[in-house]
Amino acid sequence: MTTKLMGQKVQRTEDQRFLRGQGRYVDDVHAHPTTLHAAVLRSPHAHARIVDIDVSDVLDVEGVHVVWTYEDLGPLSPEMAEPLPLLIPHPDLTQGRTQYALARDEVNYVGEAVAFVVAEDRYIAEDALDRIQVTWEVLPAVVGIEASRAAEHLVHEDVPGNVGARSEQNTGDVEAALARAPHRLQLELDIERSACTPLEGRGTVARWDADTNRLQVWTSTQTSTGVRAAVAVKLGLDLGQVDVITPDVGGGFGVKVMHPWPEELLVPLAARLLGRTVKFTEDRREHFISSAHERGQVQHIDVGFDDEGRILGLDVMFWHDHGAYTPYGLIVPIITSTQLLGPYKPEVYRVVFESIYTNTVIVTPYRGAGRPQGCFAMERTMDKIAAYLGKDRTEVRAANFIQPDEFPFDQGLIFQDGRELEYDSGDYPASLEKLKRLIGWDEFPALREKMAAEGRTVGIGLACYVEGTGVGPYEGAHVHIETSGKVKVATGLTTQGQGHATVFAQLVADELGVRFEDVEVVTGDTRRMPYAVGTFASRAAVMSGSAIHLAAKRAKEKALRIAADALEVDEADLEIVDGVVQVKGSPSTRLDLGTVAVLSNPLRYAFDEASKAATQFAVGDPGKPPVAEDDEPGLEGKDFYSPQRATFASGMHAAIVETDPDTAEVTILHYAVVHDCGHLINPMIVEGQIHGGVAQGIGGALYERMAYDSSGQLLNASFMDFLMPYVTEIPDGIDIDHLETPSPLNPLGIKGAGEAGVIPVSAVVAAAIEDAEGFPITAMPISPSDLHTLRQEHTS
Amino acid sequence: MSEELHRIRLSVNGVTREVELPARRLLSDALRHDLGLTGTHVGCEHGVCGACTVLVDGRPVRACLMFAVSAVDTEITTVEGLTREDGSLGPVQQAFAECHGLQCGFCTPGFLTTVTACLRENPHPSHDEAREMVAGNLCRCTGYQNIVKAVERAAELADPQHDDQHDDQHDDQQSDAPVEVQP
Ligand code: FES
Ligand code: FES
Repeated sequence: MTTKLMGQKVQRTEDQRFLRGQGRYVDDVHAHPTTLHAAVLRSPHAHARIVDIDVSDVLDVEGVHVVWTYEDLGPLSPEMAEPLPLLIPHPDLTQGRTQYALARDEVNYVGEAVAFVVAEDRYIAEDALDRIQVTWEVLPAVVGIEASRAAEHLVHEDVPGNVGARSEQNTGDVEAALARAPHRLQLELDIERSACTPLEGRGTVARWDADTNRLQVWTSTQTSTGVRAAVAVKLGLDLGQVDVITPDVGGGFGVKVMHPWPEELLVPLAARLLGRTVKFTEDRREHFISSAHERGQVQHIDVGFDDEGRILGLDVMFWHDHGAYTPYGLIVPIITSTQLLGPYKPEVYRVVFESIYTNTVIVTPYRGAGRPQGCFAMERTMDKIAAYLGKDRTEVRAANFIQPDEFPFDQGLIFQDGRELEYDSGDYPASLEKLKRLIGWDEFPALREKMAAEGRTVGIGLACYVEGTGVGPYEGAHVHIETSGKVKVATGLTTQGQGHATVFAQLVADELGVRFEDVEVVTGDTRRMPYAVGTFASRAAVMSGSAIHLAAKRAKEKALRIAADALEVDEADLEIVDGVVQVKGSPSTRLDLGTVAVLSNPLRYAFDEASKAATQFAVGDPGKPPVAEDDEPGLEGKDFYSPQRATFASGMHAAIVETDPDTAEVTILHYAVVHDCGHLINPMIVEGQIHGGVAQGIGGALYERMAYDSSGQLLNASFMDFLMPYVTEIPDGIDIDHLETPSPLNPLGIKGAGEAGVIPVSAVVAAAIEDAEGFPITAMPISPSDLHTLRQEHTS
Repeated sequence: MSEELHRIRLSVNGVTREVELPARRLLSDALRHDLGLTGTHVGCEHGVCGACTVLVDGRPVRACLMFAVSAVDTEITTVEGLTREDGSLGPVQQAFAECHGLQCGFCTPGFLTTVTACLRENPHPSHDEAREMVAGNLCRCTGYQNIVKAVERAAELADPQHDDQHDDQHDDQQSDAPVEVQP
């Protein structure tokens, strides 16, 4: 191996498959006419009691195999009649509630699963749904944070005030700090709901193998091991009877972190009962009304500061709309409440939140997970302080930065993983300098003047964030060197387009000294790595990357030990280059790694030439047992990586926007990103992640919202009406600069990079529009008609 | 209520296949589930995302908005048909690989077919025209930056004037071009 691959823009190996139409997404599995297809009857009401369900007409439809309502589940599996799990319990979540796989006697959002049909194809299954007669008693719906807080009606009768949780953290006496502060300001800030909206919706395929008494499940998930455990529990199977395979996933962005989805349980149950392969593929409307959303929060900030803009006391209260149920616990509001602090160190901080029920779709983390809201709160506060003091916005930020020599920096709070919120490393002043250069911060006044002379209105904004990435508890990896010299790597977390097959192969090639093209990586297959957590929270590179690095190291150690023995040289004198173990400085004394693999496994039988060379008659010392007491056959390495705490990536974005004087349309003229995720494994992939994140952030800032009416109907449940950005909405060119402050917490010095791009965009765009228009922007997203209305309010 | 089935011939990627289908079967479903050509993806089933785009007589068409029975007597090209005879990648595919124009790959077949058709009509697009070419397809992962680059690179690769010397120049100009490590 001549060049180290870490840090190089290596082209992605998985692309070969995708570009030829040979990707394998869940709906591509068992794509043939014998597969049965499922469809789900979903509630048309946001809040209603089920008085009666009549399915008597359904089985008459030719081609229908099964129709289930809640009543049918218990007899098939007692666990299926229980509510779905509350995945992440938290002591503050005193009123946690989860739904049933099929609604029992009440529905709490439009789209909640009510009945399940399996038929010869999806068309017939949908015909059958039309024949199910449900008698409803419609109840008043609670829609939006205001209605929930008013609590005129309750989502769950037994949850007073619609409050699921109330949580508080503080680092001191904030009231006293505020009272002492020379200056004090208050802000009210709103962010609306949006959704991950991957292009591939959810999907599950299951096949029961009666001969081996095992269930095979393919699902479009971010956590195969999570689905496996849920399926085993709910179907009353041993974990060892369930295999979950996650093939290619067409985007996740959080929504595919399992809860588990009802269909992930119902499809396997049906497959087992029918002895046929059963498939469910969500359609786009279903994705809008029954898959999770995020972002909806109302936030109140009270801040006290000195003449320099240094924050002396920060008091935050916010309300988080978690929808109808709480399967994912309090993760999103906890992240907002802790990550809101960003790169700053207020002297005293208190945060209180209420996580509240509404009759709308559940909320689970969406790329950025609570941080866009937190960043919006903190950065709008910084801008307001700067405006109040008449200072440059970058100066006020710089006055509040944690300094490079202060790491590790303990914020004095408890993070989402239950560990201290302690930042590992960073250099925020250096980032800010880079960003100012990249966007042309100091030159902007001249640009503004020039544009004004042409009758054009422009504004500039910036925002900073810190992102806890690489959260535990662990990931593992298995590296297996075949007798052909090929290296097979398995890690349990999944892949949704982040290029894991490439970046993990880079790490293995570097550590093991093999050719990149000889490494093959498998992710998300519980048969290959049954212990894993999942791909979310920008944790894949840190967690699995580190585990793979460690596992490759172990495989290498074993290879060197065996080779040293065979070549009768000292281990320390050996190196591995391009898959060959050789004596340093004397490369003619060499052994292929494949041959080392042969030597590692003393065989009884000779199947081929390689195994002939490996029989117990050919391998080893006849005076010793063929496998030594402290050894194992095979050339493998397995290891796990479990960090003390999260790594903290950081970054800063800035934008120049133009607002149209007539149409109030907002155009982003220039977008700049400075990004620090520690050492980069593959800068091309990191930049791709930033591009994608920024585009999603622009969607959230300017276009995407979940338009519920007061009865809880989602009015824009299609791509015609939910405006996801096309290329025409994204700036032509996003400038990126990297800073690398390595993390001391893992062997590669890396931090995660998956979510960062999206976090500050709403804050940046709001600041730039505010700068252009001259009045405060306090709610996002902002449409041209919103801006137009604001203009009218501020001129009258 | 058993459905009436229609025996039809579909000509896809130069191969004619006979299938028996109900009249309401979407072309996208027929390609994927009846013919096993799963490269064509369905992202919305209402004609907005473009993931299902195939070429019908050379023109980009949304396969989710067309019934399979109405595709008889046409020549359909799916993403599987863009690869060269010898199995190597066609110019548009190659350009997407070089420029990192895809992440999860779900939208990719629709982009590849669309760009293929557009470059046939306009082999030398300006930068704005390159953006225009992909303006009807949604991608949730890439932020489009590298997709636009890929369109421009594809035009270069497909250009008969384009030779190896030109290729070298291209590499020289882009010192940070991806390292090519191919299996
Ligand atoms: S699936 Fe046909 S356009 Fe979206
Ligand atoms: S690459 Fe995932 S949607 Fe485009």
